Amino acid sequence: MNAQRKPPRIGDSPAIRRILIAFVLFFGAILVVAPLVVIFTQAFSQGFAAFVANIVHPDTRHAILLTVLTALIAVPLNTAFGVAAAWAITKFDFRGKRALIVLIEIPFSISPIVAGVAYLFVYGLQGLFGPALQSADIKILFALPGIVLASMFVTAPFVARELIPLMQAQGRDLEEAATSLGASGWRTFLSVTLPNIRWALLYGVVLCNARVMGEFGAVSVVSGNIRGQTNTLPLHVELLYHDYNTAGAFAAASILTLLALVTIVAKVLLEKQGAGRASRPALAASTKPAASTEGAKP
Amino acid sequence: MRRRVLPGLPLSLGITLFYAGLIIALPIGALIFKAASLGPEEYWRIVTSGRALASYRVTVLAALIATVFNLVFGLALAWVLVRYSFPGKRLLDAIVDLPFALPTAVAGIALTTLFASNGWFGSLLAEAGIRVAYTPIGIMIAMAFTSLPFIVRTVQPVLEDLDPALEEAAQSLGGTDGEIFRRVILPLLTPALLAGVSLSFARSLGEFGAIIFIAGNQPFETEITALLVFIRLEEYDYQAAAAIASVLLFTAFLMLAATNILQARALRYTARG
Repeated sequence: MNAQRKPPRIGDSPAIRRILIAFVLFFGAILVVAPLVVIFTQAFSQGFAAFVANIVHPDTRHAILLTVLTALIAVPLNTAFGVAAAWAITKFDFRGKRALIVLIEIPFSISPIVAGVAYLFVYGLQGLFGPALQSADIKILFALPGIVLASMFVTAPFVARELIPLMQAQGRDLEEAATSLGASGWRTFLSVTLPNIRWALLYGVVLCNARVMGEFGAVSVVSGNIRGQTNTLPLHVELLYHDYNTAGAFAAASILTLLALVTIVAKVLLEKQGAGRASRPALAASTKPAASTEGAKP
Repeated sequence: MRRRVLPGLPLSLGITLFYAGLIIALPIGALIFKAASLGPEEYWRIVTSGRALASYRVTVLAALIATVFNLVFGLALAWVLVRYSFPGKRLLDAIVDLPFALPTAVAGIALTTLFASNGWFGSLLAEAGIRVAYTPIGIMIAMAFTSLPFIVRTVQPVLEDLDPALEEAAQSLGGTDGEIFRRVILPLLTPALLAGVSLSFARSLGEFGAIIFIAGNQPFETEITALLVFIRLEEYDYQAAAAIASVLLFTAFLMLAATNILQARALRYTARG
């Protein structure tokens, strides 16, 4: 796009161009490309048959199943939350809206370890509900519910963050027109709002899913790492690695890497549809919505 | 005044408050409650213990260096992606997001394998007498990897929207490329750079998965704060875990506030320009 510009812009001299591109490619190759290559090299280091054997090992299969199951529960719940939060925040004016937005954003900046520890102090034996849960014989920590809850914490902002700026920029006029013509709330959402936000919604869901399936720190605290029981795939990678089963660890890691690559491809395709723009240039796009939030206060 | 005509406020706000309360606010509240129940003296003793202080030093120092690296590398990357066209550029643009998409544990074992003394890069560096894996340099590399996209992605859109007329005006006044970059372009990018820096630094302070594999985890030397929390938990020392985790929590709040202020400033800046 910039190639056809007429006057030479600054930094366009061949020497600077070459130096900068070389610098960027050099460190890009070391930091980003080399890890990708080493994952697959190590995964296949003992041959294809060993790779397959590592993948179909019962513990690995169980870890894959648990990870998929966690995502199947956490991602839809998170999506429902993100849509509800975006609807409430962008279509209505109420007190404390700013605080609510900050609260939703908080997990994004908190260390996953802190998230895991925080859950321990709610549902663990030394936590708020721990003793009550134990006497009722309900297991949340060191079991699937704890893994799902911790995953929901770390990904809570993912869908809302994509939808809020976009829906704020789109305003309320279309929805108001639809309801004033007699459409129900659900009908308005499904046939007016949803078509306008579908790509951004899908974008948020894709990123949320990648994070849920890859989450390590928070899940590591609440899962208890019980082999073949509460080990998600990232935890299983760690376990195999510490067992000095490098090929096995990288075989399991290669599945997660494929997931990451698929996520990136999906991200690029969705960005072509215009998704991600509302949240990515946090500095450029949110000028208007921020102003309208201010102006909407009574 | 706008009349409220849209339906669904009770339902959507109800779901939002319930979820945000149960999933986000409750655990954070429980952690703060647990840390507060220690009493000020005990709390202070734990969070200023020698091993905790050493872990803050290791974490903050490595995060600072990783962020400075990403500031230079991220700015160069954004510049190259916006200003130049070359084969493989779109692939490079896409792959910049890999650190966000790749699970941290996977990044951790991959970087460790590369930088261990028998790894591809580790063996080369070992000949030069530099050890990376199981040293603070390893922590910096893991942090630089996981926070790589932040600065690129905050600077890139601002650089794209930069008005070429500003540069042309400066050129017509006889400015050299270096002068124009320093005195015209850099000031316009500064708000975005600062916002990216605060995001990148905050992420580095809290990172766990990518670091623990490569760090060596020696107390006082290569033990990050997040790992110290984890170790206290494994020792069933829940009070110490709560106290040190609360330090990380408050640091995250501070960084969140800083980021919000910087982004608000950046907005004002770009809106005026």
